[in-house]
Amino acid sequence: MSMETGDQQPPIEVRDLHKSFGAQTVLDGIGLEVRRGETLAVLGRSGTGKSVLLKLLIGLQAPDRGTIAIEGHDITASSLEELNEVRKKIGFLFQQAALYDSLNVEENVVFPMGRHSSMPVEKQRLRARQLLASVGMRQDLNKLPSEISGGMQKRVGLARALALDPEILLFDEPTAGLDPITAAEIADLIVGLKKQHRLTAIVVTHDIRGARTFADRIVLLNLGKIVAEGSFAELRKSKDKFVSQFLREGS
Amino acid sequence: MFCARLAKAAVTPPYEWREFVRQCDAIGAMSLPLVALAGAATGVVLSLETRDGMVRFGAKSLLPAIIVFSIIKESGPVITGLVVSGRAGAGIGAELGSMKVTEQIDAMEASAVDPYRYLAVTRVLACTLMLPLLTVAANFCGIFMGWVANTLWDPISLRLFLDSGFKEVAFSDYIPPILKTAVFGLIIGVVACFQGMRTKGGTEGVGRTATSSVVLASLFVILADVVLVRLILFIWPLS
Repeated sequence: MSMETGDQQPPIEVRDLHKSFGAQTVLDGIGLEVRRGETLAVLGRSGTGKSVLLKLLIGLQAPDRGTIAIEGHDITASSLEELNEVRKKIGFLFQQAALYDSLNVEENVVFPMGRHSSMPVEKQRLRARQLLASVGMRQDLNKLPSEISGGMQKRVGLARALALDPEILLFDEPTAGLDPITAAEIADLIVGLKKQHRLTAIVVTHDIRGARTFADRIVLLNLGKIVAEGSFAELRKSKDKFVSQFLREGS
Repeated sequence: MFCARLAKAAVTPPYEWREFVRQCDAIGAMSLPLVALAGAATGVVLSLETRDGMVRFGAKSLLPAIIVFSIIKESGPVITGLVVSGRAGAGIGAELGSMKVTEQIDAMEASAVDPYRYLAVTRVLACTLMLPLLTVAANFCGIFMGWVANTLWDPISLRLFLDSGFKEVAFSDYIPPILKTAVFGLIIGVVACFQGMRTKGGTEGVGRTATSSVVLASLFVILADVVLVRLILFIWPLS
């Protein structure tokens, strides 16, 4: 279903989003807009529904109530075929990278292209190698995911997320579980991609230092609601007890 | 719901030929040694057990026919179905279960690839195609080892054993039980994929999925055997 479109249409528009699991309310009336080319960081304590929000945005879970418009298409009212067309415009980096165990590094990146691109196989492989090189993976292309480190898996996951040349990128904890140096490298990669591709991105993270590096705007979730929104500098000025405690403990 | 999505993905392009061939190898070729061994053991046991009774009733000359009939009509198909339920059922259930809990299936959906088409259809069709072929192998090994076991007691040439064994075998004795195993393959594939794709609860959940895939697939194979034998007798009545 197509909503109103136009150059000023925000690529991501969420209104009154509710999601519960049994008696537990995870998202309680979330509303947000992400402008074209903007990187939005979503911060919050564990279990506040940040990852659920990303899964709702790509249609992996359905909301109980509310609308999600991606490039003007309300995905909550779309068929699977329409949803898949929207998904082709979105790259998703999973928390544990979620690389396919049975495919090697290069095949993981070729996989989405093989199903959605009319490029010849050799060109797909060339593009996969270029994407892998752009995220710092020039070696070990024939290794299986289980044979490379967590940081390398994140890089491969990022290359795979870029395979279909998306307009939107969703990152679920891109720096979680990584050493500080690798985490900083991944944060720099996100900044580089933002400049290079003018991507619209949502980054769910606990990493406040990383969020300062790559985010244009930050929203802070607590108990299923957005409790603060703005730049890092604006949030630091907040008098709200939760906001100031979260930023102080996380920095 | 699961079967409807599976059926739709199976009959609409694009088809995942490469993954289908890979699964045929994983389910068919990799199960062959185990199925052959199980078939051979069945042939030996049938020969040894039946021999005693046949000698007592003075019907020793019927031994080759009894071994051949027993293997091709029931023992071969059921043994193959149960062995593949154990090996491929657990393998598919655990593999898809592990992909589910590590978000690999979510990653596939997020990149607009239908996991039913890529993961489930290929495995279900590979099971359906491979089971009849594996049954032929189990039958061959069972009959051959039945002859070997028989020859140890009462030397008889392989040709004579096969001639007397297959003398009374008709089309309706051989083909329907082989085709019956295609249904067993369908059951094993559907049960294991269904269990795998609804796995929850981390590695513990993967263990539960592997167990439930084997238990349910074996159970449904045995139940389907009862129904299919009745159906075969209805279509090809005993003369």
